[in-house]
Amino acid sequence: MKVIKNLVDRDGNGSITLFPEEPEDMWHTYNLLTLGDHLTASAIRKVSTESSTGSTSTHRVHTTLTTTITSIDFDPPSSTLHINGRVITENKHVKLGSYHTLDLELNRNFTITKPNGGWDSVAMQVIRDACDPAEKAEIGAVVMQEGLANVCLVTEYMTVLRQRVDVSLPRKRRGVAMVSFDKGMERFYEQVYQAILKHLPIESLKVVLLASPGFLADGLMKYIFAKATTAGNIPLLRSRPKFITAHTSSGHIHSLSELLASQEIQARLTNTRFLKESRAIDEFYAMMTTDEDRAWYGISEVEKAVGKGAVQTLLISNSLMRSQTVVERRRYVRMVEEVKGNGGEALVLSSVHESGRRLDGLGGVAAILGFPLLGLDEDENEEEAEEEEEGQRLEKEANGEGAVNGVNGTEVVKVKV
Amino acid sequence: MSLGGQQQPNITVSNTAELERVAKTRKNLDVAEEYKKLKTKENANFVVIGHVDAGKSTLMGRLLYDLGVVDERTLKKYKQEAEKIGKSSFAFAWVLDQTSEERSRGVTIDIASNKFETENCSYTILDAPGHKDFIPNMIAGASQADFAVLVIDSTTGEFETGFNFRGQTKEHTLLVRSMGVQRIIVAVNKLDNANWSSARFEEITAQIGQFLTTAGFNPKNVSFVPCSGLTGANVTKKPKEGLIPWYTGGTLVDELEKTKPSKRAIEKPFRLTVADVFRGGVMHPVSVAGRVDAGSVQVGDILVDMPTGERAAVKAIEVDDEQRDWAIAGHNAVLHLAGIEIDHIRQGDILCDPTHPIPAVSSFNMKILAFESITPMMVDIHRGRLNTAGRVAKMIAVYDKATGTVTKKKPRHILAGGLASITVQVDNGPGVIGGGTIPVEVGTRIVLRAFGQTVAAGLVEA
Repeated sequence: MKVIKNLVDRDGNGSITLFPEEPEDMWHTYNLLTLGDHLTASAIRKVSTESSTGSTSTHRVHTTLTTTITSIDFDPPSSTLHINGRVITENKHVKLGSYHTLDLELNRNFTITKPNGGWDSVAMQVIRDACDPAEKAEIGAVVMQEGLANVCLVTEYMTVLRQRVDVSLPRKRRGVAMVSFDKGMERFYEQVYQAILKHLPIESLKVVLLASPGFLADGLMKYIFAKATTAGNIPLLRSRPKFITAHTSSGHIHSLSELLASQEIQARLTNTRFLKESRAIDEFYAMMTTDEDRAWYGISEVEKAVGKGAVQTLLISNSLMRSQTVVERRRYVRMVEEVKGNGGEALVLSSVHESGRRLDGLGGVAAILGFPLLGLDEDENEEEAEEEEEGQRLEKEANGEGAVNGVNGTEVVKVKV
Repeated sequence: MSLGGQQQPNITVSNTAELERVAKTRKNLDVAEEYKKLKTKENANFVVIGHVDAGKSTLMGRLLYDLGVVDERTLKKYKQEAEKIGKSSFAFAWVLDQTSEERSRGVTIDIASNKFETENCSYTILDAPGHKDFIPNMIAGASQADFAVLVIDSTTGEFETGFNFRGQTKEHTLLVRSMGVQRIIVAVNKLDNANWSSARFEEITAQIGQFLTTAGFNPKNVSFVPCSGLTGANVTKKPKEGLIPWYTGGTLVDELEKTKPSKRAIEKPFRLTVADVFRGGVMHPVSVAGRVDAGSVQVGDILVDMPTGERAAVKAIEVDDEQRDWAIAGHNAVLHLAGIEIDHIRQGDILCDPTHPIPAVSSFNMKILAFESITPMMVDIHRGRLNTAGRVAKMIAVYDKATGTVTKKKPRHILAGGLASITVQVDNGPGVIGGGTIPVEVGTRIVLRAFGQTVAAGLVEA
């Protein structure tokens, strides 16, 4: 992403014109947009004209529209953003107040205007991250167990499930020839191999992780290169050093967090953002078992801890940051700013990474404290009710977030008014 | 006719027509009555558990050989083949470890089942893998078991490794206990390595005995048998005079025979957990194998598969490789089905009575015993063969272990060893077959695992 024009004043009002260059920039944009923002982008509009004789003709026109955002759709597998809104600048094709869905495209400028000081520190951090020219580490990961394989692409900010292979492997039964097990296994490996070829851009990846309990990952590794050798797939054979096998306890996607926590992987991928996020959440869970009073989760609890200046590391999911109301978002931004002001660390975790999903399970926010605090969860009744509401909202969001693992780009994360 | 224009014959048979056709063959038997009339031997399933390399498969292979289930010729073949790859001591294990992967690596990966009969009872062995990576398969086996045989390697050092904090001896034992197993036979194996020392046997008995009591086994349901799978001493035959003069009890098989099979839920609605789906032959394109958990089934019955909700008719039933008209709770049955596609039924599904189907739910409450500390987190949900991703969504309450009263509502953290109620949410990501639901009902036993450890086990609550 490039910033083309920055017209934000000291109060955080104004507009920024951005130039998205890679698919991940759409994810950043998704995190920048709030309902009610103004978005200016190029649009294709179907316009119908009626002639004097009453016959109508329709044609498509390219035009630039500015809308007030009413709903946002993000589809992670294909990294596309669809933004629905009401047109607020009239031109000869489009009437004021009519609706239009803008589809943001790569390599085309768009402008976001935020009223009411919407360009807060967190939003500006998103822009800085998006514009960071440092080399991005992308890895492919295949987590498997008998009959199940998840082929994923892990980028700096997103984990996208590209394909899920789910087959029934024959089980041991008396009177069944041994060859049928081997055949079933072979079929399974072949499907995973094809999924890898189809969905992972191996040449541009830094590492391809094959992980499973038992011997599956080793078996797959052997299969891949036996196949590549017979097929004469030179690019794949050349990428051989990128393939690493590792151990996980199951083949479900959440095993990715286990995978990223392993020493071997950490050594290969030092200083990548998703590793840092993964490590932070692991640390939180570890603290929970060793020193319960220094690990807190849930919004009201963490807010109290922040108020007492106790927070050493604040973990907050950007699903919270995408809150629909400005007031809510401000509440979270204030927490982040306060922690940073007190010399603590505040990490905004990506809700489409495994680490972020784990954090969302905790209500979207967690904190490791510098010193133990007791009884933060003894709250008054009204707060409890509020939390309940919050929980329901998050649950809805988490359900939508599940769609992130879309197989073929049909699923869409929806944010409704 | 050009090749490309060849018309496909219309082979799709209407599902309902097929179901009705099979349903007409129903003989309307009163299965419970038939079962009472039939004077067959009792049957019991037992799961063989223990730390990796404790000698579970070898002990069972030996047992089957000595009882004549496996003939001399087969074993000779195994011996030769095992010697060829330099693993001669594994020959007995190969009776149960059948796949090439298992044989070349020398570990059991999946549950193997085999059958043998004594005078009074017919037994099904479920030989569980001991390696920690294959615990999901072990859970699948334990969920079908009436009782358990815990195999202990008594070699110096080996027993200690298996019994320490992260060994499988403890995890397996806790798992079978939480799957509802109450009777356990401890086979103190490889005692020939310890020169049949009574001191060693006593030492192991004392330690295991104490642990089993804390795990919730009633001491009168626990028995200890010294034996050696490799030599065959005290497995089926009494050991040679003077080998273990200090031992007065029976052989392993004697102990098995002392076990009464647990009571069957014959009157409940039909439930069968699908352990395997396969092509049963030309006549039977869709066949499932599994244990009848509850109720009964007869040829001509219409069943419903959960969570898919697909209906299927029972064309034929096999129990212990014999054609039967019916099967009842406790039987290990193969059902040949009609009116359903093979892709619509999966391992871990429940076939059930269509009038009382088991509900498929996306979230459920359960009362758990926490093995590790629990916070809202991602877990693997295990229900017999079924294994799916999910998360601990809510923690409802923690109870006092002795009195059962609520000590804290809405805890934010459940400590290891605690008794609690939680809500579990099934992962509903797309591409998950069954739409993110699993079949459970009140009383279903569920095991939760995370990061390769069993974190909790318990029963589904209303």
